[in-house]
Amino acid sequence: MSLKRPAKDQPDSFEFNSESLKAAKEIILKYPRGKQQSAVMALLYIAQRQNNNWIPLAAMKYIAKFLDMPYIKVYEVATFYSMYNLSPVGKYFIQVCTTTPCMIRGANKLVEACKEKISENELELSANKDCSWMEVECLGACVNAPMMQINDDYFEDLDKEKTLKIFDQILKGETLTPGSYRGRVSNEPENNRKTLLDIKNA
Amino acid sequence: MLNDQDRIFKNLYNDLGTDITSVQKRGDWVNTKDLTIKGREWIINEIKDSQLRGRGGAGFPTGLKWSFAPKELGSRPHYLVINADESEPGTCKDRDILRFEPHKLIEGCLIASYAVQAHVCYIYIRGEYFIEGQKLQAAIDEAYEKKLIGKNAAGTGWDLDIYIHYGAGAYICGEETALLESIEGNKGQPRLKPPFPALIGLYGCPTIINNVETIAVVPTILRRGGKWFASLGREKNTGTKIFCISGNVNNPCNVEEEMNIPLKELIEIHAGGVVGGWENLQAVIPGGSSMPLIPKEKCETLTMDFDSLTAEKSGLGTAGVVVINKDQDIIKCMARIARFYKHESCGQCTPCREGSGWMWRMLERMAKGEASKEEVDMLGDVTKQIEGHTICAFGEGSSWPVQGLLRHFKDEIKKRNKFDPIVKETKNIPYLVDQHLLDKNA
Repeated sequence: MSLKRPAKDQPDSFEFNSESLKAAKEIILKYPRGKQQSAVMALLYIAQRQNNNWIPLAAMKYIAKFLDMPYIKVYEVATFYSMYNLSPVGKYFIQVCTTTPCMIRGANKLVEACKEKISENELELSANKDCSWMEVECLGACVNAPMMQINDDYFEDLDKEKTLKIFDQILKGETLTPGSYRGRVSNEPENNRKTLLDIKNA
Repeated sequence: MLNDQDRIFKNLYNDLGTDITSVQKRGDWVNTKDLTIKGREWIINEIKDSQLRGRGGAGFPTGLKWSFAPKELGSRPHYLVINADESEPGTCKDRDILRFEPHKLIEGCLIASYAVQAHVCYIYIRGEYFIEGQKLQAAIDEAYEKKLIGKNAAGTGWDLDIYIHYGAGAYICGEETALLESIEGNKGQPRLKPPFPALIGLYGCPTIINNVETIAVVPTILRRGGKWFASLGREKNTGTKIFCISGNVNNPCNVEEEMNIPLKELIEIHAGGVVGGWENLQAVIPGGSSMPLIPKEKCETLTMDFDSLTAEKSGLGTAGVVVINKDQDIIKCMARIARFYKHESCGQCTPCREGSGWMWRMLERMAKGEASKEEVDMLGDVTKQIEGHTICAFGEGSSWPVQGLLRHFKDEIKKRNKFDPIVKETKNIPYLVDQHLLDKNA
């Protein structure tokens, strides 16, 4: 179990903006009448997107009212799942996978790079308050190990040098190119493909 | 090696495009109506004939699972739920299906929904696969536009709506009842079984839950016949499977292969061999992190299917093959897996919540050589205390890899760990808590 604590400094109020409101109403329609509680996970995501990558307690209270469910149930969900950030993480949230398949391909080098460029400790904002990093469990791209996720995008087939370069781009505010950093577009064996060759060459 | 004609996922490497026009060239969505017109009985029997077993890890026969759904639609609606919460370390097959073959999945959803009489299908995708989810959503939107799903889907006369539900980074939600709890908007903590979801599932209604790969192969099985699928592999372990080969190999990759393929062929031919050569192989985790590892000696002749791996006291699981070579510290690798399970335990059952932490901490100490010899057996005891004493199979999943390590690498652990907790008299320690023990001996 992971331990999650809400941030000390909390805003007093939270409200969906018109865009979020529209998205939230659309999501509730996905679920049967009277089962609007199902939308809580999606609504927490919407709140997180709107509020600069983290969810304040006020947003949980707002969502509870919005879905007509007890506040504690929203709090339960927000603290149970690891992808809801309960304290500020910055505009760029870097998650480095360090589970065994990535570990044996050198994920610790990526962690070193984070410590060098971003911040000394996990979940600590960088000097410019723009990004933070943390070690996470398997992100499901084991064939592209080692890899990391920055916000929604996967950055695959990395090594320390490439990671440092990506961080430089982040710190300069440049746009990032997600995907494989060895030029792979799929999970085919590089330079060693033995299957479906007719299709490839067609 | 499997013949290219017999591969189901022709676009596994994204050579062909994912829009409807290109998938129709590959045979998807061509005659869906002709398949459903033959009736539910026929579909379920054909799947039973194919001996398709669930691709999510447990390997339960799919046709049998579908036949558990109530035959008549009662007052409660039926649901189909697709499990795309792929989080097992070493596994990344569903991601490629979502990215490159979304229409196989959507067509499979329609056929399966028809077979189990569901009008609503939820696809539960792990939150990290946001981009993949967007790609699937685009494919769903396209299918709605072409009237392949929605009212009178693909001319079958069956109404079907497909919705995506994103998870939020909880491995346990891959467990079917935890997944249902999660869709209902609760913490993802597994439910007691029985009642089984086929009778009381999502919102208390009959629900069939299948893995992405299981559903995605269904249309092809029906088109080519259950007999064709059953002719691949061997009895009760039929068909093809996407294997993910990661870790210390030269070309980590996903590849669709026949069941019962030799592990050595998978590693040597498709993945370009072990880094440092076959002799440098230390162990292989054959089916995602919860399956016990298999040492090199057995890898020579091992074949990859459900039953032959069970015979080796391991399992096929999700077919995520993690190759570990001799450059790695095997105890550290397993300690990291134990840390994964400690992090992902949902906290509902005490043996798992506490035990997963114990196993991790003991293994971390053993990796450093700070444990005593007795603790090695104690660790084995802890795994036995967890296994079988929890609501869901997470208890097994977390203790099996540790048991596998103890089974095959006990000598190595014992060699490294010689710490003696009893303080010897000869040691010059300025302050001693156990002073009375020494005094007694004196």
